Amino acid sequence: MVRSLRQLVRYRGLIQSLVARELKARYRGSVLGFFWSFVNPLLLLLIYSFVFTVVLPGTHPKEMEPYGLFLFCGILPWSWFSASLSESSVVLINNGNLIKKVLFPAEVLPIVSVLANMVHFFFGLPILAAFLIYYAAPLQAGELVWFPVIVIVQLVLTTGLALLLSALTVHFRDVKDILSNLLTFWFFATPIIYPMTLAPGAGRRFLNLNPVTHLAISYQEILFYPGPFGHWKWLVALGVASIVVFFLGYFVFDRLRDSFAEEV
Amino acid sequence: MSTAIALRDVTKIYRRYGRRRQFSTLKSAILSGTMLSDLRPDETFPALSGVSFEVQKGQTYGIIGRNGSGKSTALKLVAGITKPTSGTVSVDGRISALIELGAGFHPEISGRENVFINGIMLGLSKREITRRFDEIVEFAELEDFIDAPVKTYSSGMYMRLGFAVAINVDPDILLVDEVLAVGDEAFTHKCLDKFSEFRRRGKTVLLVTHSLGLVERFCDEVLWLDAGRARADGDPRRVVGAYITAVEQREERQLAQEDAKARDSVEASASGETGTTLEAGAKDEPPPDMFRATEGRWGSREVEIVGVRFVGEDGSGGHVFHSGERVSVHMQVVAHEPVEDFVFGIGLFNADGVCCYGTNTSIAELVGDRFEGTGEVTFAIDGLDLTEGTYKVDVAVHKRDGVPYDYHRLLYTFRVKSRTKDVGIYRPRHRWEFGGGIRLRPRIGE
Repeated sequence: MVRSLRQLVRYRGLIQSLVARELKARYRGSVLGFFWSFVNPLLLLLIYSFVFTVVLPGTHPKEMEPYGLFLFCGILPWSWFSASLSESSVVLINNGNLIKKVLFPAEVLPIVSVLANMVHFFFGLPILAAFLIYYAAPLQAGELVWFPVIVIVQLVLTTGLALLLSALTVHFRDVKDILSNLLTFWFFATPIIYPMTLAPGAGRRFLNLNPVTHLAISYQEILFYPGPFGHWKWLVALGVASIVVFFLGYFVFDRLRDSFAEEV
Repeated sequence: MSTAIALRDVTKIYRRYGRRRQFSTLKSAILSGTMLSDLRPDETFPALSGVSFEVQKGQTYGIIGRNGSGKSTALKLVAGITKPTSGTVSVDGRISALIELGAGFHPEISGRENVFINGIMLGLSKREITRRFDEIVEFAELEDFIDAPVKTYSSGMYMRLGFAVAINVDPDILLVDEVLAVGDEAFTHKCLDKFSEFRRRGKTVLLVTHSLGLVERFCDEVLWLDAGRARADGDPRRVVGAYITAVEQREERQLAQEDAKARDSVEASASGETGTTLEAGAKDEPPPDMFRATEGRWGSREVEIVGVRFVGEDGSGGHVFHSGERVSVHMQVVAHEPVEDFVFGIGLFNADGVCCYGTNTSIAELVGDRFEGTGEVTFAIDGLDLTEGTYKVDVAVHKRDGVPYDYHRLLYTFRVKSRTKDVGIYRPRHRWEFGGGIRLRPRIGE
């Protein structure tokens, strides 16, 4: 495993070019190009804003105003997370020809999926920044330094899960179907469209088990809520857990590696 | 000389899943608690069993064998794409594998970007690719199209670009899997020149191919795989010779089977057992247009041909002969009643149905006197001067006016093998002679 990891570092050039290719190929031939990266989160944003401010007004407390901004803080990182997982769950099968014919470390593929979606996430940040300025959000420099830390924790966690899922899907094709349903459930089990404070006691304990909860709360605390970043202890714990998840995912991937060329 | 590639007692077992496994899913695996046992295959299939070989640095090593004999598996093991089930594979040097050209090209992006990504995937650095970029594009003859998306390329362009990248990886060991069939004649020559250059520079080449000519021309040593086992290795001429003999033997068996099948079906339809007649006149009447007719048998059967066999130079019966060999056709005939009006005939046809030769005893100025009981007719050919191919034979016994006793149409098949690649049907006995200032020498190796 250590050797595989070291080899992976040698292939960083490949990862880089593949991420670039992924982004280029995705928008080649489409008129609106990169704009499409924002359409899905913006659409979600519009729908939820409409539902919760026009259809069901007064169902959320004052602390969640402006609601659009609150939503955006959660939806943007969620899009990165869910798109990475659903893409990487099929990435090995879709690139079966490559795995069978060319010698290169296969973990490059799920990692590229995660990174390409991270770049999308970054492309969404200017829009988020525009929202923040428009609503005059209470930003503090001391809190904002945590932002890259949250991103890194999310990256490590997502990569670990992506490695695990991509390797398992090779053997059990239903993983991708299970995952697509699970992600819908997962979205609502994360305080993105509602704040954590609205969850009742038992529900809160359940939400606390969801790692993405802590990412969402962290983003919300530093970008949306005023006041100090009180969630940092959870974030650090999640960071440690994410590293464990990463190594677990990598371990499973490494163990199943030899079977890929025959099974995909 | 040191060893570049060594396989020691390598066995590769592929899993073959039955129906059960195909429909078993994660759910059923969890429910029935067979998660782990489901990962075990129902059946296994040894693609390679106990194969060992060594390739010295600078050698060109060929692997030949029928489809499914394990050639490509051997190559993938050397490339490290799959791991052996048992045994060891050791490789010393940078490998580039021409297993599938252009694997990993992305259709949406330009040839230029694909060259970079493909190159990096094959182990080059960005700087190395930049340095060789012009050479790659020039080799692929794609100067005008390099910035167009790869999806707009023709399959030939795609393959050429793939080949150009792979060959420019500048490996110590080049693995080639039957990829020389890409591109037109001119490009194939360019590829062969590139191989020759590789050899001159002392690089190692492992070549999997069906082209025996290529093997004899390029390889220093050859391994012949048959059903996952090494049948022979060593000197290319000897191994290729042994391989060709085995192929002939297999063809021999196949032809004998086909012949028997053709005759059986004709017999069956003639005796009316199947209830349907295979073709007009198959029973007793000749078809209206005899030269259009396919396999069949007709005639009044007062005289019957009961057996036909081919005998080659070695005196044993067979169906595969070498061009120029002495061959005879033997017919066992029976006269159910004594006859005085009879002519024996024979016709040779190539696979396109062209009559190569036809004659009979009447044309040969022989007149039937009397025939009763049984007899044998031999048509002896001193030299089977035909080019390589499959030939079919008509044999017949009929009256002088052409009314058939027994006509066997295209029921017998034989194959002519040849080591030269000349064309046509007939190979006249010949030699080349030169006078004046013309000098030639035999091509050996090259």
